[in-house]
Amino acid sequence: MPNSAANSRPRKLAHVAPTPGVAKPDPILTVRGVSRQFGGLRAVDVEHLEVERGLITSVIGPNGAGKTTLFNLLTGFDQADTGEWDVDGQSLTGKRPHYIARAGMVRTFQLTKALSKMTVIDNLMLGATEQRGEGLVNALFPFRWKAEEDEIRVRADELLDRFRLTHMRNEYAGTLSGGQRKLLEMARALMVEPKVLLLDEPMAGVNPALVQSLLGHITQLRDEGMSVIFIEHDMDVVMGISDWVVCLAQGAVISEGLPEAVGADPLVIDAYLGSARPSEVEVPKEQQP
Amino acid sequence: MEVLLKILADALRSAVGVQAAAYALAAIGLNIHFGFTGLINFGHIAFMAVGAYATAISVDLGLSLWLAVPMGIVASILLALLLGLPTLRLRAEFLAITTIAVGEIIRILVRSSALEQWTGGVFGIQGFADEFFDLNPFSGTYGIWRVTFNARSMWVMTVTWALVALSMALVWALMRAPFGRVLKAIREDEDAARALGKNVFSFKIQSLCLGGVIGALAGIMLAFEAQAVVPDRYLPQTTFFVWTVMILGGTASVWGPIAGSVIFWFLISATEGLLRQGITNGVIPDWLLSSQQVAAVRFILVGLVLMVLMVWRPQGVFGKREEVLIGAQ
Repeated sequence: MPNSAANSRPRKLAHVAPTPGVAKPDPILTVRGVSRQFGGLRAVDVEHLEVERGLITSVIGPNGAGKTTLFNLLTGFDQADTGEWDVDGQSLTGKRPHYIARAGMVRTFQLTKALSKMTVIDNLMLGATEQRGEGLVNALFPFRWKAEEDEIRVRADELLDRFRLTHMRNEYAGTLSGGQRKLLEMARALMVEPKVLLLDEPMAGVNPALVQSLLGHITQLRDEGMSVIFIEHDMDVVMGISDWVVCLAQGAVISEGLPEAVGADPLVIDAYLGSARPSEVEVPKEQQP
Repeated sequence: MEVLLKILADALRSAVGVQAAAYALAAIGLNIHFGFTGLINFGHIAFMAVGAYATAISVDLGLSLWLAVPMGIVASILLALLLGLPTLRLRAEFLAITTIAVGEIIRILVRSSALEQWTGGVFGIQGFADEFFDLNPFSGTYGIWRVTFNARSMWVMTVTWALVALSMALVWALMRAPFGRVLKAIREDEDAARALGKNVFSFKIQSLCLGGVIGALAGIMLAFEAQAVVPDRYLPQTTFFVWTVMILGGTASVWGPIAGSVIFWFLISATEGLLRQGITNGVIPDWLLSSQQVAAVRFILVGLVLMVLMVWRPQGVFGKREEVLIGAQ
């Protein structure tokens, strides 16, 4: 695992207490009291969560912990019952997905959504926001959008190059392999020029060689100043790459902290391996040392 | 031989006639909905009917035809909004269900006695397009070989094919622009488009309006040709003929609707001619097929052709094979 890169960096949050809901020095995303109930099931119930700017924050947790639901709520793909959240000081509570994406929080999906019958380059060029040629009337007058289109194409080609997809540039996205689709989706999300990138299990179903390359891309993004939040199951991957880890169980944050601290937290181990004392997971506050 | 030449001439006349042009126009509209945006519109006939009726009613109420046609267009936009606003935020199936119902609702409404004073009930509205025919520059008969048209048909054909050309140019221009790219993205996966900051709902509404207006123009031209709007010309099967035309030609292609319509009407006319001639000459025995059954059988034959096409050329005449193969994965 490529943990050397992550671990050799100065630990920016080393002095932050590993307590669920702890305040960060420079949060880009702040979540307050967000909850979502599905019938009798409380899928998400996050009291307070801050995500530090310019770092890789992993969201871990057992199956059904509410990780993807939390992503869906934050990006407007599902409606929260309660709570509010803001990105970089801008409230995004209750906004629709396209608004949230334009505000700078862009997500990818667990099941990759390559736009199969469009070429790889078109997939990327779609990602640029606020394009003038997307207006029905403007579209009819190429001189109004040709210059912008050329700039977008240059940007898309740079990303293709960076993600080593240039050889597939003019192929249909549907012909890409699973791993290439993950790369494509990440590159496409970057076309939006987000402040925060939410990656939902970017490593799922990707072969080990490509996992390395994906991890490399993610750390590189972080090093360029991007804030990355990603959901991951694989603890090895999480330990190697994360600057901060948040563990969800039954919808609530049960632990957060530096990777090794969370990895060693008995609550986290309980949540993953199953506990003989389930009550401890449900009332995490009292269990904190 | 003479008989076959006559059938061929009739079929060619159908293939370039007003019906073919109007169906091509309607299919261009449907292609914007389904081919490019992935909206499943099973009520295209509603747009055709609303366009035609709004135009005819406006003339009936004393408006000039040149104001009445814009009224028809406005009415089709209103219908698109009425259909789209409640359903396009929901999953794709809801639009399909709603449109299939609205297609019938429109027809039943215009033939109802409650609205008879405006719509003319079952008799419809006759002779409202005089102003259109007053402008007819043609006189005499035109054509090549035996494929001839009178001046009246020539005029309607010219205008309808001109509208087809304009709509085609519009579709071509829009679909190469970023606007078209968003529509295709919505067709492929609307959540992906949303996640990239696209206001999917707004684009779907625009697509529905645009295709609806083109459908309405097709309805208006068919009504001009007949100089009448009659409710029973707006049966749900027309929607599916337009679907057939679109699929024959190839979805999401610019030229597809035209090729599809020409082929469709050629086949309809040719099969009818051949069957009728066969029955008259005794080639087709009476117990197998009577002349009253020809009209239905020709559609069965067209259906067979469509099936064969879908097996051998699933992308239609002008569609892209690779796209269909990706979709099949």
